[in-house]
Amino acid sequence: MTTTTGTLTTAGSVGSAHVRVEGRAKVTGAARYAADLPFAELAHGWMVLSTVARGRVRSVESAPVLAMPGVLTVLHHGNAPRVDGDYVGTLGRPDPIVACFQDDHIPCAGWPVALVVAQTPEQAREAAEALAVRYDEESHDVAFYAGRPGTYTPENSPMLQAETLKGDLEAELAASAVVVDAEYTTPQEHHHTLEPHAATARWEDGRLEVVDSNQGSMWVADELAKLFSLDPASVRVRSEHVGGGFGSKGVRPHQVCAVMAATVLHRPVRVVLTRRQMFTAVGYRSPTAQRVRLGADADGRLRVLDHQAQNLTSRVYEFVEQSASIGRVMYDADAHHTVHRVVPLDVATPTWMRAPGEAPGSFALESALDELAEKCGVDPIVLRSRNEPVSGPVSGLPFSSRNVLACFREGARRFGWADRDPRPGLRREGRWLLGTGTAAATYPSGAAPSTAAVTAEADGTFTVRIAAADIGTGARTALTLIAADALEVRPDRVRVRIADSDFGPAMIAGGSMGTRSWGWAVMTAVDELQGQLALGGDIPPEGITVRSDTSAAVAALAAKERHSFGAQFAEVAVDTSSGEVRVRRMLGIFAAGRIVNPLTARSQFVGGMTWGISMALHEEAVRDQASGSHVSADLAGYHFAANADVPLVEADWVDDPDADDPVGIKGIGEIGIVGAAAAIANAVWHATGVRHRHLPIRPDRVLLSGSRDIASG
Amino acid sequence: MAPSTSSAITLTVNGEKHTLPVDHRTTLLDALRDRLDLTGTKKGCDQGQCGACTVLIDGRRAVSCLQLAVAAEGREITTIEGVAQDGQLHPVQQAFLDLDGYQCGYCTPGQICSAIAVIQEHAAGWPSAATADVRPAAGVPALTADEIRERMSGNLCRCGAYVSIVRAVARAAEPAQAPPGTADASVGPAGSGVAA
Repeated sequence: MTTTTGTLTTAGSVGSAHVRVEGRAKVTGAARYAADLPFAELAHGWMVLSTVARGRVRSVESAPVLAMPGVLTVLHHGNAPRVDGDYVGTLGRPDPIVACFQDDHIPCAGWPVALVVAQTPEQAREAAEALAVRYDEESHDVAFYAGRPGTYTPENSPMLQAETLKGDLEAELAASAVVVDAEYTTPQEHHHTLEPHAATARWEDGRLEVVDSNQGSMWVADELAKLFSLDPASVRVRSEHVGGGFGSKGVRPHQVCAVMAATVLHRPVRVVLTRRQMFTAVGYRSPTAQRVRLGADADGRLRVLDHQAQNLTSRVYEFVEQSASIGRVMYDADAHHTVHRVVPLDVATPTWMRAPGEAPGSFALESALDELAEKCGVDPIVLRSRNEPVSGPVSGLPFSSRNVLACFREGARRFGWADRDPRPGLRREGRWLLGTGTAAATYPSGAAPSTAAVTAEADGTFTVRIAAADIGTGARTALTLIAADALEVRPDRVRVRIADSDFGPAMIAGGSMGTRSWGWAVMTAVDELQGQLALGGDIPPEGITVRSDTSAAVAALAAKERHSFGAQFAEVAVDTSSGEVRVRRMLGIFAAGRIVNPLTARSQFVGGMTWGISMALHEEAVRDQASGSHVSADLAGYHFAANADVPLVEADWVDDPDADDPVGIKGIGEIGIVGAAAAIANAVWHATGVRHRHLPIRPDRVLLSGSRDIASG
Repeated sequence: MAPSTSSAITLTVNGEKHTLPVDHRTTLLDALRDRLDLTGTKKGCDQGQCGACTVLIDGRRAVSCLQLAVAAEGREITTIEGVAQDGQLHPVQQAFLDLDGYQCGYCTPGQICSAIAVIQEHAAGWPSAATADVRPAAGVPALTADEIRERMSGNLCRCGAYVSIVRAVARAAEPAQAPPGTADASVGPAGSGVAA
């Protein structure tokens, strides 16, 4: 792939495949994750979570547990250090779950009620399991369904546009030749990073040091400083290797508990969440209920787009899954309405999970587009091409670039779409019915202010320091390549150090914005360093260091619709006698800015698409209405795609550099999942003639719906 | 006198003998990580469902979280730290590195230990659920992508790196093969970027 953009025109590292710079450490087991670093005098904390879904803690019966071997302390609302949970952090107010043990109030099952700390993990675990917590239980309600009483439209905020409307929906619907009006649901889904959340806290020379697994060391340090009312300079958080994040790894109860215990005990304390605790303590993707109404002329041109999305939140924090946002980017219509609604229940607070909003929203909207294509008798790709907006459907702003049709063209060519018979239920291979489907993908492209430091060392090498996080994205390697090209040296002359809050403010690994934001800061610092080096003179032993801050440059970006785009293709086989659905192959073509490292970028896209398979067919957390907690809260009860579930998944891209970014980056972390579940559901329709509007497409759902006998109508 | 809740045991790990007192409740996984500082073996679920803690015990793969340390005495245990020899990566490690058979890397030690065992199990003629003909006369099945997928399904990867993991295992199983991307047509090409 060849691209030439921005200021990186001469060197050759960006754009060619490089193995991860930390790859050898990862394949040899040498990479130390948060729970892997040894500490002298380390004590182990084990969290105790509420077993009731609503009520108050009547008593925490610590005495018998404190007499158990090795137990050092039991922290609970009666004795825990005070924290201040009433602050505004980088991404808004914290979920109150992080202000652990501040009162006796239980708003959901799985709420932290105590921390048992002991000399060894075995002692801590046994004591935590023995700890008797008495509750005054109150009745709870966790039932989520469309139009549930108590559902409301939230207020707008800097991070939320609740509702948009233009035109007259009912008049345009009445004037439409073809109408689709359907309801779609997606279930509660969990991040389940393979690495459980883990933090070790200790006080060292008057500073709080936390070794953690997170998506932003500076972010977590800042929030811990606010929670514990500490001078930000006295808090240091590091997270060199992170075993996945997907939105779940910000400030969470485990870090707060570790800091509390380290403060009380004057020794290092490690708290690692169990897999079961990860179901309630670290957020999740809310279930959604979505209604999509499309009205079109006979040729498929949209007159109406109405997307109404509902999600749940806790009673202590409003989190909105912005599923309806995707229509504000993808398609215009004479009457255009998008709205988010939310209903508080006695549950833990949901949070961002890979492609928040766009992942569930694209399932509904891109399924509805396929239904419209069927009703109009128009090819789904042709239908989308007839509805390409020239500017932002809601904002009216120009697109920075919009190459979604290029993705469909390339994808259709490689997937063999032209030979597709659009009629459903016709292709049989033994017990399998076969079908193919497609869907569009999009995700916002953004940049946020970051700082970086670049040092020209006396030995001719360079060191980059930036509080970036590599949660598996390949960011560390990408930044190495970006710096090498900017410095016009080979990558092995550049050392990139990340994930240390002492390196200063930087964007988190989130929103597909990390590498772009950090790359910008690195480029800016290198520019200035080059200027200094050009003055000549020897490099002193400590090197020459320059710092950058992109705040002004990012703020100066012109208002545009800035997004990545893509086209997803899937082929499925459906056995209607067993209900089994197998994805046979997937292809995703993306227009997602300049690709820094094709090797790791492909893994990002394919990983996202694999999440799409998982979302379409497998993932579903089931809540027991009676207890208010999860059924089978483990990785057997919550199945996400295993190796045998995933066929050949291919991802590729078209040239689409962002002219306003110094490197040309748009961001690639989320878009792989967007539209993937819709493409699979559309393929299941093509195979069977049955629309599946509720995820996951479980065997029982396939069995109950069977296949539509096309011949007899 | 209360019965003792700990014992001194000797574990043989990566060819080295370690004598240590362990709490009887200690799993092999925790003994490796917390007592011997062999933290390459990861804890993903601590209940045998994810495979991140896979090690080789007497040459066969096992999840170390479901094994008590006291029960591992006298066995030859190989962890990810013992897979490379004299600084030379094992072919499975090299293939995971070259083909990006991972993202965050947390499941990787378990994947690699599992893959080493998969290649040996396959070479020894063990069938899997994906083997079409399991009669002895059918011989050793080809190590197709479907066979690898099935045999590697005890190791979860949340990043979704399975496609590259399958390529890496196939590559490592036949080290004399062609350059990256052309290793096995049944596993699929690595692909490349195209112009719009």
